[in-house]
Amino acid sequence: MNNGLADPLAIRVTGLRTAFGDKVIHDNLDLEVRRGEILGVVGGSGSGKSVLLNTILGLQQPDAGHVEVFGEDMGRSQGDVQRRIGVMFQQGALFSFLTVLQNVEAPMLEHTRLAPGFMREAARLKIRLAGLPAHAADLRPAELSGGMRKRAGVARAIALDPDILFLDEPTAGLDPIGAAEFDALIRDLRDTLGLTVFMITHDLDTLYAVCDRVAVIADRKIVTTAPLHELEQSDHPWIRDYFLGPRGRAAAEQQDSI
Amino acid sequence: MKAATWTLVEEDGSLTLHAEGDWTALTLDQASRQPLPAVGGQQANRIDVSALGRIDTTGALLLLKLMPTDGEILFGTRDDVRRLANLVAPGMTPHEDSPPPRGYLTGFFARFGQQIIEIAHDAYAMLVFTGQMILALGGTLLRPRRLRVTPLFAVMQESGINALPIVFIMTFFIGAIIALVGTNLLTSLGVEIFTVELVGVAILREFGVVIAAILLAGRSASAFAAQIGSMRMNQEVAAMQVMGVDRFDALVTPRILAALVMIPLMTFVGDLGGLLGGLLVSWATIDISPSFFVTRLAETVSIKHFWIGMGKAPFLALLIAAAGCRHGMMVGGDVQSLGRHVTSAVVQSVFLIIMFDAIFAVIFMVLGL
Repeated sequence: MNNGLADPLAIRVTGLRTAFGDKVIHDNLDLEVRRGEILGVVGGSGSGKSVLLNTILGLQQPDAGHVEVFGEDMGRSQGDVQRRIGVMFQQGALFSFLTVLQNVEAPMLEHTRLAPGFMREAARLKIRLAGLPAHAADLRPAELSGGMRKRAGVARAIALDPDILFLDEPTAGLDPIGAAEFDALIRDLRDTLGLTVFMITHDLDTLYAVCDRVAVIADRKIVTTAPLHELEQSDHPWIRDYFLGPRGRAAAEQQDSI
Repeated sequence: MKAATWTLVEEDGSLTLHAEGDWTALTLDQASRQPLPAVGGQQANRIDVSALGRIDTTGALLLLKLMPTDGEILFGTRDDVRRLANLVAPGMTPHEDSPPPRGYLTGFFARFGQQIIEIAHDAYAMLVFTGQMILALGGTLLRPRRLRVTPLFAVMQESGINALPIVFIMTFFIGAIIALVGTNLLTSLGVEIFTVELVGVAILREFGVVIAAILLAGRSASAFAAQIGSMRMNQEVAAMQVMGVDRFDALVTPRILAALVMIPLMTFVGDLGGLLGGLLVSWATIDISPSFFVTRLAETVSIKHFWIGMGKAPFLALLIAAAGCRHGMMVGGDVQSLGRHVTSAVVQSVFLIIMFDAIFAVIFMVLGL
């Protein structure tokens, strides 16, 4: 597990090109994610945020370019890196035929030989860390509300104490209170577990509340990666519209007043 | 990555556990299976983490579990361990476990009772659905403009026309099997000529329609349940209701009417396939020429058998299509219930086909048909 410890980067994407038929999604895209940071990825609908996530996860083969996670090529890795990443998919992607507890135990069963009783206890710990009440452990995904499902998704994602957490639209569809709690949860997990977080989000409040840096996808590449206060000074037209539009201003002012 | 281990050191009458190696989710396999560290009945009440490698929440959980609650962790300079221990400790209060498993007998009766309640609910739902279906069909009859023509024709094409080749092939083989078995038996009695009647009556009266119905159940009852069920999961059915679209008009009526319209055609094609299979086998094994087969069929097998088969067809189609649509409408929010209802749609419609075929057989016998 010590490989690449000296490397300050958790994820390195270089020269990525992805195309579906004639439609080019990414062209010569570069992205670097530093260890221990929370990186937000923003971009318009259809700009290829989820495709980028899938490519980094190795679910999607790029047409050109390299994706390295902890210095390992995701395309060729055989399970070692998988144990060090946790993913929360947009809809939670919980196994519908298992309870929440069994969902959290699933990656543990796959990758460890922990004593069954201890494994159950560890799973309950993750469920608590994700902010779910204890009784939620025995419920099935269909019985959970949208917010609880997302938390259960996080509980499963951190089951093996990963080094990187990938979140796809974590606060989409949550009420503002639930979203703010979720932001706090992500920040807490990062601070206490030392996670690196790669987060796709549209939520301006989340960007202001938790992200150390924000990467902007536009024109088929990452146009810039910078802390928010620098992005606000950007003269890229899309970024200006995004952050200095009415909703962006409101989120920024709210953040300043806190 | 080193596996997690520990050594026990006794000093001043108290026992200290020195944690060594990496304490992460992936390195605790052995450590989590070992008995609590103790010497002569005394448990370690201090843990020294100075020699510890990497640690995560799972490792911190095990550390805390290795000592009594009044124990002490000597953090030294390990602030990371302190932080993790603080994070993990609040949840260490023993939680009430799920209720203990019921005894064998109690469990049996509980499941039995549950089943009966479920069957009762199911029967009630079936009645409600049948009532709504009759209302919808009757309403369509009174006001034909309510009928949605496009889905009707789409289902007729998919469930009816596209099923004709497989119906033909299956009944062809059934007819051939009946003829083969029949000639064998009847030849030993010296009346092999009766093979024609055997094939004619069996196919026209029973197999043509039953095979068509079973294929309708396998191909279409499942499809109806899956289509309507996934629409329910996707809240499409709710959207329809809100728009003021009657879900029975839009989803159920076209499917039931399509099945009703198409099953006579499927039965007819099935009859043709079965007779052809019987004819070819009779020709090959007992040398009954095709023209003689047809003549004898026309002379000895009454046309009433054909009409009895045809007459049963719409009833079976109604049962099958209604079972498919009903189970589709019962699908809940999750994928599991979709799978369960698609399966029950098929199982229930096949069961109903056989049961009603038997009931019809008794009725026709009493009527002397």
